[in-house]
Amino acid sequence: MLVDIENLRIAFESNGKRFEAVRGVSFKLEARQKLGIVGESGSGKSITARALMRLLPPQAQVTADRMRFDGIDIQSQSEREMRKLRGGRAGFILQDPKYSLNPVKTIGNQIAEAWRTHNKGGKKEAREAALDLLEQVMIRDPKRVLDAYPHEISGGMGQRAMIAMMLAPNPTLLIADEPTSALDASVEAEILRLIDELVDTRNMGLLLISHDLPLVSHFCDKVSVMYMGQVMEELAAGELAQAKHPYTQGLLNCLPSLDHPRTDLPVLTRDPSWLEEKAQ
Amino acid sequence: MSDKMIDVRDLRVSFGAKEVVKGVSLAVQRGESFGVVGESGSGKSTVLRALAGLNHHWSGEIDFDGVPVGAKRPRAFFRKVQMVFQDPFGSLHPRQTIDRILSEFLAVHGMDDMDGRLNRALEAVALPQSVRFRFPHQLSGGQRQRVAIARALIAEPKVLLLDEPTSALDVSVQAEVLNLLAHLRESRGLTYVMVSHNLSVVAHLCSRLGVMQHGELVEQLSVEDLRARRATHPHTRELVELSRSLETPV
Repeated sequence: MLVDIENLRIAFESNGKRFEAVRGVSFKLEARQKLGIVGESGSGKSITARALMRLLPPQAQVTADRMRFDGIDIQSQSEREMRKLRGGRAGFILQDPKYSLNPVKTIGNQIAEAWRTHNKGGKKEAREAALDLLEQVMIRDPKRVLDAYPHEISGGMGQRAMIAMMLAPNPTLLIADEPTSALDASVEAEILRLIDELVDTRNMGLLLISHDLPLVSHFCDKVSVMYMGQVMEELAAGELAQAKHPYTQGLLNCLPSLDHPRTDLPVLTRDPSWLEEKAQ
Repeated sequence: MSDKMIDVRDLRVSFGAKEVVKGVSLAVQRGESFGVVGESGSGKSTVLRALAGLNHHWSGEIDFDGVPVGAKRPRAFFRKVQMVFQDPFGSLHPRQTIDRILSEFLAVHGMDDMDGRLNRALEAVALPQSVRFRFPHQLSGGQRQRVAIARALIAEPKVLLLDEPTSALDVSVQAEVLNLLAHLRESRGLTYVMVSHNLSVVAHLCSRLGVMQHGELVEQLSVEDLRARRATHPHTRELVELSRSLETPV
């Protein structure tokens, strides 16, 4: 079992008011399995992934009956251990490469730095490793990109560089939080295909967070649909068309379609009963 | 009056030595909804910004309602043409109330009946009157985009230029905003030019579209032709193929 989360709760307190953003989320991810977490903004999907890496701010109150990654109990780890884990055995790809790359360092240096943090080796070796990694993420001209600064490359290229950086320590799990929402539709497909391929060839597990339900179903084995801090439904990606929960159906239904034109798009009617706490 | 609301001939825009829009010509009929699709960097937003008068360095000819416009637009132009931007977080002043944001246009143009106009604009986008005294950060993304649309409507324009109006929104909210835009166009006889990278969104709202690639408008066709797979340019076909393959769940 790569990831095992049971009854995860995350609450924030502000002005004396307590708000529970995640309310009893549980899921399991086997090695080499791909799980998509889908939901609207504010559904708690991103902070669930962040909680797994203990990346939430200190004021977040996180509790869970069980939160294990690769056999390690995340809740009892020291900060030092966690730092080894992050970017080590678990890679984290964030939404927008513009903000997650260091603007004043070359791509090559940034990848080399990631490599040296988790591997033993000198500068020269690190540079060679960086070049090799850039080749693995299918960058056409890796030598040029190696010495380029983030502003000199496109968004898609930047996201490839981010992925290269995350691959450096040979992680067993890749967490991708909306890895393509800052990118074009055509680049989006390319990047997701790349992630898909890398996850397969390197036997990694994948946690893909997205708001795009049909898209996720193409690249995952199973999909967990979140709404207001709870999992509404978990289903195999291939069974999305047979989704039972009205929220999942509603999300699929409100997308405009090229092949099936409609004058009015159905609007999601939110049933208050979805908010009721499921896990006791 | 001609029935062409917008007529663009040989529009060219350069940034420095680089030409990013290379001779685009298009015409949009009165009351029509025209979509522009393309990848990032294809020049689609630049075309829209030139139409809106936000970019002064272009050459070619642009006519609105049969009248040629220059680089700098007179005040009356903005009563006819308004724009809605992609990011409702970035396009509303964070320290002004919705009331202030909406009344700016009225103040600049010295229009009367401010209260009535404000309330009618909010009603048109289905927002409660109470949002007038809120700040943008107190509203959801969908509400903010409605405010942005209300701000454009307050001028009682003939043309709305829409730059990716739903791509920062959740799909459920996107559906609401698309429905709203469709109804507004019908009830007010508006003319739309919408830029988007999402082909199915454009196909939903528009009746005709143009496909841009590397600064050129490589194909113009009706949405019917698009749906019936009658696109002829390879880039259009590529976009259609991609959109089809991603929109259907496995």
